[in-house]
Amino acid sequence: MRVLLVDDEKEFVTTLAERLTLRGFKVDFATLAHDALALAEKNIYDLAVLDMKMPGTSGLELKGLLQKIQKDLKFIFLTGHGSEADYAAGSSESACYLVKPINIDILIAQMHEAVKP
Amino acid sequence: MSILSHFKPAFWQKSELSTGPFRQMFNFRRIWKIAVLATSLVTLIPLIFITSIDYNFTQKSIESENLLRTLRIGSNARRSISFFLSERLSALTFVVRENQLEELSQPEKLSSILTHLSDSFNGFVDLGVIDQNGLQTNYVGPYSLEGKDYSNQGWFKEIQDKGFYISEVFLGYRNVPHLIIAAKHTLPNGSFFVLRAALDTTRFNELLHYFELSGRGDAFLINHEGIIQTPTLYHEPVFEKIPYRVPEYSEHTEIREEKNKVGENIIICSAYIPDSPYILIIVKEKNELMKSWQETRLELIGFLIFSITIILIAILGFSTYMVNSMYLLDQRRLGSLHQAEYSNKLASIGRLAAGVAHEINNPLAIINEKAGLIKDIIVYSNDFPKNPRIVELLDSVLASVERCGKITKRLLGFARHIDSAIENVQLNNIITEVLGFLNKEAEYRSITVNIDFVDNIPEFQSDRGKLQQIFLNIINNAFAAMSNGGRLDIKVRPKGEKNVVASITDNGCGMSESDLGKIFEPFYSTKTKTGGTGLGLSITYGLIKELGGNIDVTSRLGEGSTFTITLPLQLPHKSAEK
Repeated sequence: MRVLLVDDEKEFVTTLAERLTLRGFKVDFATLAHDALALAEKNIYDLAVLDMKMPGTSGLELKGLLQKIQKDLKFIFLTGHGSEADYAAGSSESACYLVKPINIDILIAQMHEAVKP
Repeated sequence: MSILSHFKPAFWQKSELSTGPFRQMFNFRRIWKIAVLATSLVTLIPLIFITSIDYNFTQKSIESENLLRTLRIGSNARRSISFFLSERLSALTFVVRENQLEELSQPEKLSSILTHLSDSFNGFVDLGVIDQNGLQTNYVGPYSLEGKDYSNQGWFKEIQDKGFYISEVFLGYRNVPHLIIAAKHTLPNGSFFVLRAALDTTRFNELLHYFELSGRGDAFLINHEGIIQTPTLYHEPVFEKIPYRVPEYSEHTEIREEKNKVGENIIICSAYIPDSPYILIIVKEKNELMKSWQETRLELIGFLIFSITIILIAILGFSTYMVNSMYLLDQRRLGSLHQAEYSNKLASIGRLAAGVAHEINNPLAIINEKAGLIKDIIVYSNDFPKNPRIVELLDSVLASVERCGKITKRLLGFARHIDSAIENVQLNNIITEVLGFLNKEAEYRSITVNIDFVDNIPEFQSDRGKLQQIFLNIINNAFAAMSNGGRLDIKVRPKGEKNVVASITDNGCGMSESDLGKIFEPFYSTKTKTGGTGLGLSITYGLIKELGGNIDVTSRLGEGSTFTITLPLQLPHKSAEK
């Protein structure tokens, strides 16, 4: 599975990318929205893991932009606010929400779930 | 004191209670006093003024009416007495003009005239003819007075000038009260003779007693020296001097006020009887005269007292009602202000907590990932020998991070709901969330929290934030009431198809019956010394009412309290709109 990780916290995104790589995922990461869009232009991804709150472009806005490039791309959102249930209840997006700090096993389970046909 | 306290309006006791930005806007006791005073003055002053005018007017009117009536009686009496005397004098004058001296000198003729006079005019006792030398030449009557010489007597000299004479009442030879009238007749030859008659005063006295003098009224005659001439009812006997001042001469009937011997006010009506030595005196006691005024006065004073009482009762009642309504409105305003301030404070704390939680979440996430990566490297890579001690330590770091994550999640969840609107809620979950904040305190104070939930509590539409505040307040209060080692029982049950009931029972200090009746009133606190504002339960009560619910409390001093909160599964229309 090829995954695009986008989070403005460089320390977080690099570490998470390395951990996923250790578990056999092909991972690219970006800390800025336009870097993420550039990567999406170049590569085909199965899944994008996006931070909800980033400077300039929010996770939901970035999702829209990425979908214009790769129509079938699946998404998992990470957030530092509230709980997963709150987000699920308050959002019209049919996407998965995980609140930081995340449990890697739960993230991987959600990733597999998201790319299920 | 205890009966009075029942009638004391709510605003009376609390006028100085609040200080600071939420102090009461008005001094209600002062407003009440001003309202009572101003309305009393505005209504009572005109009433008292009008009544006093009416009092004086009525008094004067009755007084003058009585005086006028007495004056009229005096005037009538004067005319009657004057007529009585002049009638008899005219009769004598007629007799002397119509009869020759020779005829009158005949005893039979004179006797016949006396008989006629007595028949026509009561009171004639005898009749005598006196020649110009003062010698009584003929006499008919019960006494033997023929030949009596009057030439040296004053009246005989007076009649020669005036032509007639009316005497005072006197005893004379007869030793019986009587009066004399006499008429002079001048003959063509210049000589004269006098016809003299004695009148019995009985008829005279009867005449005076005919006048209706109410009460202790008295009518009698005096002479110009004040000697009583006719019998009196309440005064000295005949021929004694009257105890009052002899009135000055006046052609008219006069009236004056004086005091009698015992100091009582009396009214004296006096009239000089023309061509006679008599003064008519009518004496009336003023109190008797004003008796009708006393009754009217009592009625007036009674009316005034009754009116003042009714007006004061009405003023007190209305003022108290109005000021109390103002006070209750002000209390409600204060309560709303406090609730708004409390909610704002809670919202600010929530936002602050959310900010802190978010800021902590990011470094926590990094710690989590870094520790995870170290563990991954040890597990997945062959570069580092697997050391179970290191893996164990890393697991401990990850577990602590997870715990921190749960705390920040809870904080964020709580803060998010402070301003939240209506959503699907599960009461069990809300109480569990609230208890999450108090678990540590319960642990430190060894308070046992027993939770008794059932699974069939349905989800229902309500305001999560308000429910959290409600249960946080109630459970916090229960914790405050309990000493260390206490026990808190929380039970949630469905009630019928439309309600859910949560009861929270503590074994704390409990409340007295008097406290129990006031705990939901704003600013009522049993914890003022430890910083209680007296608003927690008042706000809780307001929130429960907003959600269409109800709260009951039972408590026994020293044994503990149970708060029972009933919430509807269907929100009332108004709350649902919000």
